[in-house]
Amino acid sequence: MVKELEEVVNVPVVHVCTVVPISMTVGANRIDPAVAIPHPLGNPQLNRDEEFALRTSIVEKALKALSTEVSEQTVF
Amino acid sequence: MANIRVVHYLNQFFGQIGGEDKADITPFSKDGPIGPGTALEKAMGDDMPIVGTVICGDTYFNENLDTATEEVIALVASFKPDLLIAGPAFNAGRYGMACGAVCAAVQEKLKIPVVTGMYEENPGADMYKKNVYIVKTGNSAAQMRTAVPALARLATRLAKGEVIGSPAEEGYLARGIRKNVFHEQRGSARAVEMLLKKIKGEPFTTEYPMPVFDRVSPRPAIKDLSKAKIALVTSGGIVPKGNPDRIESSSASKFGRYDISGINDLTEETFETAHGGYDPVYANKDADRVLPVDVMRKLEREGKIGKLHDVYYATVGNGTSVANAKKYANAIGQELKQENVDGIILTST
Repeated sequence: MVKELEEVVNVPVVHVCTVVPISMTVGANRIDPAVAIPHPLGNPQLNRDEEFALRTSIVEKALKALSTEVSEQTVF
Repeated sequence: MANIRVVHYLNQFFGQIGGEDKADITPFSKDGPIGPGTALEKAMGDDMPIVGTVICGDTYFNENLDTATEEVIALVASFKPDLLIAGPAFNAGRYGMACGAVCAAVQEKLKIPVVTGMYEENPGADMYKKNVYIVKTGNSAAQMRTAVPALARLATRLAKGEVIGSPAEEGYLARGIRKNVFHEQRGSARAVEMLLKKIKGEPFTTEYPMPVFDRVSPRPAIKDLSKAKIALVTSGGIVPKGNPDRIESSSASKFGRYDISGINDLTEETFETAHGGYDPVYANKDADRVLPVDVMRKLEREGKIGKLHDVYYATVGNGTSVANAKKYANAIGQELKQENVDGIILTST
């Protein structure tokens, strides 16, 4: 999906995912490592504010990836 | 001849521990065969008993690749095996990654033959087919009956040190290894024969398949995020409560498009996951954990991004074929192109 979206829409796509090797194998160009498979952008063990801060940091990294030039597969 | 001691690796599901709610269990072992191991043992014959089975949860393995691999190797080694069989994993992505990693590590560290089985589109196949023998299977456990004999056959041949033939003869995924052989016919003659067949439109088999480079060049970065329209897409199955499009929990036949204009937070009452390939408890409680609408809205209010696109797209990436994933992404992409989005965040579980 990540490759087809990048090709068709012709804009940068960042893949937020937990298992980075899979994303590398699939061929994502911009990869943002996440927390866990059932909750990539969260952690139920944290309190509400801490979890929101964690999610914000992952999304901000995704935005950094989208606004960073890359020439090859890059893990942010 | 002494018995060949076989150890079998399974995930929590085939190891009969449980479903996704048990996918985070740490590795442990049991004596003897379990589940598909019983059929494998029968197919391999009396001199190849499965002396032990090592089981690990798929989520635990994939979230802790290095430590999980070490733990599994230690358990495998404790049985003093002569051969390791993993899976088959069919098209289960995390399971395939685990089977591939375990096989590759056991082969390297314990220096014994290893074999696993999976569907060719399994990400574990792409990742490990160069290192280990992966028997080609169907895409779901419904094909267990054909997978077991194929796996048992190659396992037996490997254990007995027999010469392994070509991928097509033996039914494993090509490893990209070239072998020199003497052919009764010169290369030039074979090439002309192939060419004539090609001209006549007849089927022919190349002796040197070209590698497929299925890569997309990275697109230029967004220059100014504060003016950018960002879209969210997920393969994690986040849908409005009740799953209005009835997206299937596995092998999804469709994707959904959902309007989130005016929505600042995904709540337990309004959104849920349709995905059947991970424990849904956390996403059902707060779907922002998979699709971060709450954070995107905050960044939009703060002016860090120009706009969160009004519509998000979702499908369930669980046993989905590459062809379907590509098809859905193409359709989603056509729409996002029309809407002039500047960047896309794709989240996966």
